Amino acid sequence: MLSTKNLNLNIILGQLYALWLREFKVFLRERSRLVASTFNPLLWLFVIGSGLGSTNLQIGTDYQKFIFPGIICMSVIFTSVFFGSYIIWDRKFDFLKSVMVAPSSRTTVFVGKTLGGMTTSLFQVALILVIGVPLGINYDALSLLQIISITLILSFGLTSLGLTFGSYIESLEGFQLIVSFVVFPLFFLSGALFPINNLPAWLNFITLIDPATYSVDAIRNSILHLGTYSFELDLQLLLLFTLLITLIGIFSFKRMKAV
Amino acid sequence: MIIVKNLVKKYGDFFALNGLSFEVNENEIFGLLGPNGAGKTTLIHILATLLKPTTGGAVVNGYDVLHDATKVRESIGVVFQAPSSDDILTGYENLKIHALLYGIPRGTREKRISEVLKLVGLEGRKNDQVKKYSGGMRRRLEIARGLLHHPKVLFLDEPTLGLDPQSRESMWTYIKEIVTEEKVTIILTTHYMEEADMLCDRIGFISNGKIIALNSPSNLKHEMGGDIIKMNFTGEIPSAETFTRFDFVHKVEFEGNTVIVYMDEVNSNMHGLIKDLKGVQTIEYKKPTLNDVFLRLSGDSLSGDSPEGGFMQRYAQYKKS
Repeated sequence: MLSTKNLNLNIILGQLYALWLREFKVFLRERSRLVASTFNPLLWLFVIGSGLGSTNLQIGTDYQKFIFPGIICMSVIFTSVFFGSYIIWDRKFDFLKSVMVAPSSRTTVFVGKTLGGMTTSLFQVALILVIGVPLGINYDALSLLQIISITLILSFGLTSLGLTFGSYIESLEGFQLIVSFVVFPLFFLSGALFPINNLPAWLNFITLIDPATYSVDAIRNSILHLGTYSFELDLQLLLLFTLLITLIGIFSFKRMKAV
Repeated sequence: MIIVKNLVKKYGDFFALNGLSFEVNENEIFGLLGPNGAGKTTLIHILATLLKPTTGGAVVNGYDVLHDATKVRESIGVVFQAPSSDDILTGYENLKIHALLYGIPRGTREKRISEVLKLVGLEGRKNDQVKKYSGGMRRRLEIARGLLHHPKVLFLDEPTLGLDPQSRESMWTYIKEIVTEEKVTIILTTHYMEEADMLCDRIGFISNGKIIALNSPSNLKHEMGGDIIKMNFTGEIPSAETFTRFDFVHKVEFEGNTVIVYMDEVNSNMHGLIKDLKGVQTIEYKKPTLNDVFLRLSGDSLSGDSPEGGFMQRYAQYKKS
């Protein structure tokens, strides 16, 4: 009994590895994707960061440094949510069908795909972290561990969100349109570009229900010691959100039509 | 190997499948022949557990497609109509990913991948990205992928659609080899009569979601009345007896100074048929097309119309009346 269970687990791990490997290889071969998707965050970091930084804001640190955690999260938000569009591609050519006729569960397919999206984000985050060094951002082992954990959790949650959208939306154009309405508010309302401790009540409320707020705040805690909430609270709320959206995502994947 | 019983699939008011029943034997190549939209792909999707039937059911390799979906999936390989391999990955990588998805153990994985690559003649190109493959190679890679896990049944949905005649013929050779080497039951859909003829042990004709004929290709062709020869005479028209005295002639029709002969095996019998005829001006030879078969089988055939009663001719008649 136990041995069959082990065997099943082995097979499921193999399937997850297969699905992840596919996304990873595609990612490695399409390096232009990495470059293009890193360009936008850097534009924000340098143009907005330097531009607004020159106006002497009262935020306790250099503005460019202040938005650095927000820019990390921005790259995760955009990459992860838009990763969901690949499921529409998979459906357009019959790759998804070929996965669906394999004896792997939909949950496995969903998680495997999410892991793939997470890896893409991780590479981007690493790139931005490196760029942070000449900007005067100091990391230690703990803060690196914290940043990577936070971005991985955020990425897992947001890739799930993207895949959830992707499982309902049939056309790529529709996906882009609808997802823009999600991605930009997620970013702008996360406090990536401004401090969230003195906001008007209505805006404060919206930042509270934006999961990205907690990841921005957590990273700000970690490298700038400027967080609004404690790192632990940020982490817990982020985990809660990711769990919730993953469950919704798995549910959506299960009811998604294969053909 | 496969039992299909009263399968119905409804989309709104439209019956994609309308009470379909048939059985497929072990190790045969079974062809599903029909025009686009006849329900062939819908049927494959149901048998491959991707779609649920509205009513009715099917059993594949002893497992019910509704209740034992995982067991069915372990028993089948599917090659879909649209290309489904990743063109940015190499042929080998595509196979490896699917080997993992099917849980093929590490010890036998590499060996099996080389086996199937060899079977479809792609071992020399396994490290090329699939986007550098030709249409036929891509299709073969997908067949290899479908065979990785030693399935009992292999579904091929339009395996030669969009291939040039040469690739099509080489594909037929591969498919025949697979049946002997892998001991697998193959169900293929096609709308090419000659393909079904070349490959299939039995053919089921699907039209409007129903099987309207099921038989071996030779029997079906026989029922059709065989090949068609159309002759124009300048002088006297020979009597029907001139043609029907041959065993291989099924039927003769007259139309003005044209004689239409339905016969078997034109290649070997043509000489015998025409050597004593005088005043033959032109000879046209026509194999029955799928369309002819359908018109006949579905009873839509316009009686008295010539076998070449194509659109233009009917249009001309329509204008006259």
